[in-house]
Amino acid sequence: MEGLLSRLKRGDVLVGDGAWGTQLMQRGLPPGRPPEWFALEKPEVIGAVARLYVEAGADLVTTDTFGGTSFRLKLHGLEGERERVNRQAVEAVRRAVAGQALVSASVGPSGQLLEPYGELSPDAVEEAFAEQIAVLASAGADVLCIETMGDLTEATRAVKAAKAVAPGVPVMATMTFEPTPRGYFTIMGVSVEKAAAGLEAAGADVVGSNCGTGIEDMVEIARAMTRATRLPLLIQPNAGLPQSRDGQVVYDETPEAMAARVPELLDLGVAIVGGCCGTTPDHIRAIRRAVDARPTRASRGSI
Amino acid sequence: MEILKRIADALQQGDDQQVGTLTAEALGAGLPAGDILQRGLVAGMNVVGEQFRRREVFLPDVLLSARAMYAGLDLLKPHLASEGVPSRGKVVLGTMKGDLHDIGKNLVGIMLEGAGFEVIDLGHDVAPEAFVDAAVREGATLIGMSALLTTTMTRMRDVVALVKERGLAGKVRTIVGGAPVNADFAHEIGADGYACDAAHAVDRVRALLGA
Repeated sequence: MEGLLSRLKRGDVLVGDGAWGTQLMQRGLPPGRPPEWFALEKPEVIGAVARLYVEAGADLVTTDTFGGTSFRLKLHGLEGERERVNRQAVEAVRRAVAGQALVSASVGPSGQLLEPYGELSPDAVEEAFAEQIAVLASAGADVLCIETMGDLTEATRAVKAAKAVAPGVPVMATMTFEPTPRGYFTIMGVSVEKAAAGLEAAGADVVGSNCGTGIEDMVEIARAMTRATRLPLLIQPNAGLPQSRDGQVVYDETPEAMAARVPELLDLGVAIVGGCCGTTPDHIRAIRRAVDARPTRASRGSI
Repeated sequence: MEILKRIADALQQGDDQQVGTLTAEALGAGLPAGDILQRGLVAGMNVVGEQFRRREVFLPDVLLSARAMYAGLDLLKPHLASEGVPSRGKVVLGTMKGDLHDIGKNLVGIMLEGAGFEVIDLGHDVAPEAFVDAAVREGATLIGMSALLTTTMTRMRDVVALVKERGLAGKVRTIVGGAPVNADFAHEIGADGYACDAAHAVDRVRALLGA
């Protein structure tokens, strides 16, 4: 299957997949277990979700390895399973997509605060990312997706780890922003422009934003990113903001509402559009239709 | 007092050494520990909390200020006890079972401690029974729960139910927070309160406990 970078270079617009946590939860994740548990115990469930996203039209399908660093696995007593969790998650998706989509291996934050705010040294976090990414790459990941980052040092260390241990695998790196009176920032105070420039300098092939906001804010985040980098952009919004209904939490932005704003992302020259929390195969199907209506990427103006 | 203002300023700058030095100086000058706490440390932390609420500052600033607050608070604690400064109340905090995010909960703990509450922090991944057991054991009058995941927030309902089941309704109040949680949800599950961030949490806890 043609690789990510050559497709992006040609000007293709690609579609990512949607949320995994909610899909796995619906398929019986035992309480207190992390989603990574499925890779160990029920890889066939991962395969079933991956198929749903391929059938919905995703060009990239994510692995449930968001919490696959030693720091996160340790919280569940799974640190000894790092190799197996990451390998089996990639293999399960790889088998299920059967060459119809790229396997995008998720790498999430360590969940710890880096020095000087916390105890974790940048070298230690880079080491943890390198260990995880080495397994993801050797298991056959087509792309690495470093995502939901709030701390720019942690994000850039993840990118550097990827480039060191898996130099042949394209790296996408996205951070999570929230609206503030002065614009969009991560919880650690990183602006969109600083994030884009920092991730590019670290060697990312694709930069962008995921989670934190619905598509309306994401259009503005994407706009700010286009002013800071020439790299292809990856945008994965939530299905709106979480709402509570009868004691259950729902994300209620419909596939149609989300897809209606996709042309604005395409106008900005965004290269890959997918979904984060609360998005479903129906959202991806709707995004697919919006992208197919205009498959060639808009050219980006100068920065 | 000039020095209390300087403590508050140093705390806002996140300068833990300076806060420690000035707190020691203020104690040496014979200022009551309760004043140093309220008009120095708490005053400074309130400003930082408000700035964070408006996202004029971000998490790193809050964390550095919190570290500075503890630099002062650790010096004050023995004096607060000997001066007989009353605690405003005892609060049990934790993040729901299955949820490992605790930055928000930690901030609430810092702000509550700064505001003069005794905080029993149960950490993250806390089972419903553990919240209620700790409240009973410690004689706490409030349970604060945090969740960052939609899948774990629904367990808040179990804690509220357990408080009622054990006949503690009205004696042990419940308050909930976290990114996916809102006031409607708090109301639906029968919690006594909801706070959208750490600064509001202090206000709500004060109101609920009449402190």
